[in-house]
Amino acid sequence: MLDVLTKAPVSASTRRGSWFKKVWQALLSISVLLVLWQGAITLWDLPNFILPTPLSVFDVLTERYPVLLKHTWVTAQEILIGLLLGVSIGLFFALQMLLFTPVRRWLLPILIASQAIPVFAIAPILMLWLDYGIASKVAMAAIIIFFPVTTCCYDGLRSTPQGYLDLAHTLGANRWRRLWHIQLPAALPALGSGLRVAVVIAPIGAVVGEWVGSSAGLGYLMLQANARMMIDEMFAALFILSLFSVALYFSVDWLLKKLIPWHA
Amino acid sequence: MTDAFAIKIQHAQLAYGHITEPVLQDLSLSFPANQWTCLLGRSGCGKTSVLRKLAGLLEDAHWHGEILTSDGQPLAGRIAYMAQQDLLLPWLSVLDNVCVGYRLKGKPVTQVIRDQALRLLEQVGMSENAQALPQTLSGGMRQRVALARTLMQDQPVVLMDEPFSALDAVTRHKLQTLSFELLQHKTVVLVTHDPQEAVRLGHQLYVFEGNPARARSLPTLSTQPPRQLDSDTAQLQEQILKRLEVDHA
Repeated sequence: MLDVLTKAPVSASTRRGSWFKKVWQALLSISVLLVLWQGAITLWDLPNFILPTPLSVFDVLTERYPVLLKHTWVTAQEILIGLLLGVSIGLFFALQMLLFTPVRRWLLPILIASQAIPVFAIAPILMLWLDYGIASKVAMAAIIIFFPVTTCCYDGLRSTPQGYLDLAHTLGANRWRRLWHIQLPAALPALGSGLRVAVVIAPIGAVVGEWVGSSAGLGYLMLQANARMMIDEMFAALFILSLFSVALYFSVDWLLKKLIPWHA
Repeated sequence: MTDAFAIKIQHAQLAYGHITEPVLQDLSLSFPANQWTCLLGRSGCGKTSVLRKLAGLLEDAHWHGEILTSDGQPLAGRIAYMAQQDLLLPWLSVLDNVCVGYRLKGKPVTQVIRDQALRLLEQVGMSENAQALPQTLSGGMRQRVALARTLMQDQPVVLMDEPFSALDAVTRHKLQTLSFELLQHKTVVLVTHDPQEAVRLGHQLYVFEGNPARARSLPTLSTQPPRQLDSDTAQLQEQILKRLEVDHA
């Protein structure tokens, strides 16, 4: 067929080469960061309780990994359940605003006003209502992410190309089938953007919750380590939290590219 | 297949939203059954609005006038619409795009329906790409799939709003011929800016002219469409262009 778009086939060796390049770039960035870190300590003769050496942080990671893993598991649960809850609430609100005009008129100002309250200010109230366990941190993570998810999803739902809506009309779709088969899939790229923002900020909600009051989690561990001047342990917890957040972001990004190939 | 029927618009007037001055006035058009009727005119003269009115898509506009069908039945639900953009859903494969009407009506897409869709894809020369996603296809191929989707609807009336305008000359010529062959037993209304396209395909031609616009019927050639381009078609094209130029001035 002459008018087929011809795409140059990507060979396995090209893909492997691109993967190696990415790994090489990442390793180089990490190495530069570690050298700068160690260089700053040597140059300014910084004591361990101000800035620990990369090696001492590595020691904590290897020696105290059972404790770190235990607390990581708690924070990971808070983040993941918070994400699930926040995304579900965001999607629900976006659908309500799309489908029911009076809901949109009332809900949108309330949602915007809710974002004006700093999440730190809500944390103590959530501790009071939901106790010091995992529930209050899940709620924190969900509260911090539902707004970007709601706005992105709502924007996606209401900006379905007019041509698709016309097509649905001439093909005899009712309101619900139009929503399910046209508007929701068309809004997936926008929802994906909201989700990418959500996975980046969800750990903030969980850790802030742990700082205000908790008995487990990486935020709790960091507070305890700070109080006991174990700064290397604090850095180790911070390192794991960053690693988890980055891994979560890239996993979600990869998954979204697979699920929404037309937008990749 | 449902029998095609004729459509008549009588003494219609159209004004948009808050604008009191009508865009179309005293509009009378006749779309005979089993024939292609082409509507030509400058941009913004209201020809697409006529098509959207027939398709039940016209909003924020004041329309006065009668739309009559030769069988006395309402037009709604008996229309297929083909727009300038192919409107293929990027999350569905080519085959699923052809069957999308069934999904949107809540009917199950059975193997019989899929086989029928595959046959239509074969007719438009796209059966090899049945499982491909639309974004991997060229503009011409996408418009072929849109044609298969329109045929799958199997409606007696097909409304086409410049469906070939974004294609290159050769692809456009091929698709015009293919569409004409496949839509022979339907009442087709084609909005186009291209006089050559109108002369090649139209059993009937209308030019929208004046402000507010009125539709003027043009004499057509005695030969049957799709016509070969010869001196007669060239003469008619020139005649149309002259009328359009007067309106643009």
